[in-house]
Amino acid sequence: MTQAASSAGPVRPGIPAARPDAAAQAFGITPEDYMLPTRGQIQIIDEQGRVRPVAEQGTAPGHEYPLPEGPELLAAYERLVVGRRVNDQNSALVRQGRMAVYPSSHGQEACQVAAALCLREDDWLFPTYRDSVAVMTKGVDPVEAMTIFRGDWHGGYDPTRHKVGIQCTPLTTQLLHAVGVAHAAKLRGEDTVVLAMCGDGATSEGDFHEALNFAAVFQLPVVFFVQNNGYAISVPLSAQSAAPSLAHKAVGYGMAGERVDGNDLVALLAVLDRGVELARNGSGPLLVEAHTYRIQAHTNADDATRYREDAEVQAWLAKDPVTRMRAYLREGGLLDDAAEERIAAAAEATAATLRAGMNAEATIDPQDLFRYVYTTPTPQLVEQSVRLADELSREEDTK
Amino acid sequence: MSQTATPESTTTNVPAAAAAARQASSRAGSAGIPAVRPEPAATSASKPDLGPVTFAKALNTALADALEADPAVVMFGEDIGTLGGVFRITDGLTARFGRSRCFDTPLAESGIVGMAVGMAMNGMRPVIEMQFDAFAYPAFEQIASHVAKMHNRSRGRLKMPMVIRIPYAGGIGGVEHHCDSSESYYAHTPGLKVFVPATVADGYRMLREAIDSDDPVMFMEPKKLYFSKEKVDLEALRAEYEAGTSRTEGRAVVARAGTDATLIAYGPSVPVALAAAEAAAAEGRSIEVVDVRTIVPFDDETVCASVRKTGRAVVVAETPGFASVASEIVARVQERCFHSLAAPVLRVTGFDVPFPAPKLEHYFLPSVDRILDAVDDLQWED
Repeated sequence: MTQAASSAGPVRPGIPAARPDAAAQAFGITPEDYMLPTRGQIQIIDEQGRVRPVAEQGTAPGHEYPLPEGPELLAAYERLVVGRRVNDQNSALVRQGRMAVYPSSHGQEACQVAAALCLREDDWLFPTYRDSVAVMTKGVDPVEAMTIFRGDWHGGYDPTRHKVGIQCTPLTTQLLHAVGVAHAAKLRGEDTVVLAMCGDGATSEGDFHEALNFAAVFQLPVVFFVQNNGYAISVPLSAQSAAPSLAHKAVGYGMAGERVDGNDLVALLAVLDRGVELARNGSGPLLVEAHTYRIQAHTNADDATRYREDAEVQAWLAKDPVTRMRAYLREGGLLDDAAEERIAAAAEATAATLRAGMNAEATIDPQDLFRYVYTTPTPQLVEQSVRLADELSREEDTK
Repeated sequence: MSQTATPESTTTNVPAAAAAARQASSRAGSAGIPAVRPEPAATSASKPDLGPVTFAKALNTALADALEADPAVVMFGEDIGTLGGVFRITDGLTARFGRSRCFDTPLAESGIVGMAVGMAMNGMRPVIEMQFDAFAYPAFEQIASHVAKMHNRSRGRLKMPMVIRIPYAGGIGGVEHHCDSSESYYAHTPGLKVFVPATVADGYRMLREAIDSDDPVMFMEPKKLYFSKEKVDLEALRAEYEAGTSRTEGRAVVARAGTDATLIAYGPSVPVALAAAEAAAAEGRSIEVVDVRTIVPFDDETVCASVRKTGRAVVVAETPGFASVASEIVARVQERCFHSLAAPVLRVTGFDVPFPAPKLEHYFLPSVDRILDAVDDLQWED
């Protein structure tokens, strides 16, 4: 591995370049210890928002995580508060009949925010249907992001503009798209990193396996980020996987895995920042598992009381990522009243944008049915579009 | 709905098709896949190729020319790198263009197609190989839910310029899962184009076109034709393609002209239809054969012009007939040509059974005799 280590490019101190073995060597640990997650979750601030002693942060040699800087944390907190407001506003819009459905990430906002903030503008994000807050945090317009749930088109934003894949509903198919985007970038010598999101239940899908294996075999800069919220819709993780942890799956593919407290925004940023850096510098893909909880039901159509106890929900409410982060920042003097006011105003402004956007009557054009099936419509589609136009004009005549 | 028919694209290529028919009539052995013995395809593009060219060589040349023409073209799949593919269609491409342009992947079809989707999203033009027709099924979710829908879902902002090459159909004495006619699944999926070449020259033209298409193309390669030969000038084909004078998309072609009835076929069934037309000629019937070439988009004009002229038609396809491309063609012809028809449009297809074991496949596949029987059933007055 000396050859790989000696080809190290310009990197941050302590960050090695090229392949897991070289990374392990630079960290002074064995490749197995580099790839295996630490014995517990990485947690930097506790449930009351206090910084844990370094010895109790769940780290291990070669798995050390420096505390992110104050300004990064304050900016992340703002996005966290906005994200919470987005979730609650959208759930209200569903109840008011302005949106067809909204899979809320209430309780998981720290994961949502960190997944987008660890990336550069030209890095790609591949989200699922529950990751709307991550999509907006990456820069997508909130109303465009919600088009998919308003029901006037399957995808409302331009994926190439903010480098965000369209929110994916089939499970883990998007992880392979992430692998492909990373592969194309690598072939062209670009240093793009791709972060691909999925949930705990989705790790049972075949495409999860194929994506991780391809990423590892081709040594692609992909960070697989699993939000483990304990349940597929109703099926608990214990019925989904017998692995010691989802992060442990990484070592089977030859990539590094890590577990992190998914309600600790500080730890999430620390772990994902380093993961992205390692991926960017050629150490191959990584798998990060974040332990979190979906406070609300799967969607408005779901009844969570059929599969989980209220006591469990209450226990997780006590670990809420927003109150925890706020306590930490207030205690450290990083968040004052003025900043809180500014952040609350930003959250309200986003909510107002969403209300205005979702309450506006969407303009739909039936001819759009035919417009984007092929780059040029086939003669058969042209014929069908003419038929529909004729049908609609006759309906218009009889009005 | 236009009922006029003056297809500008209608041409005849009788000698080429007749050669393919002769090739098809000498069946490969029935001892499994190696019965089709791959011949090494030359990779040097420098010397003119004026002799008989195999279908495999034409495809190989098209791939090489596409790699040469556009640095965004990239090829991957199972065994396509070092080995050159189990049918040698990518022979020599890794050696010539390097492992970043043509490479092997882990054995995972969904992975191959899903990775190609991501590459297409990020500026590449992937040309991927599924090793055999039935082995593409693990990739069906990626194909039906993403390859086919990405352009639509993104309101045209994302294009999917990718080609999924599939060695397909039977007639080679292949074992189970190696001979499926899967074109109907793909043709039924809006957003996909489906190309099925039947001649050596079309193999070259249609593959180049598929790779240059901004829409995803399912490129169905009839396995039994891989080592059929035609006298083809590859240099001329290349020049024609580059000049844009040999387009095939949405352009069916009259492969043999005739006046009494029309056989409509594609891919592996074209040589059989041509052989049937030849046999019919000996019996005094003049049969026209239309090669559909691209199932999607479908060329209603050329097909219907022929049927209106002859007044009788039989659709020939290897696929089980129920709810198939053959059914669709029959429906389209009857909707458009009803008043020109002297008899119902008939089908000669595979039976509605799983593709049979090697020793039974000749009972299943459309044959010259079965086609002639169908022609006889077209309510002749004499």
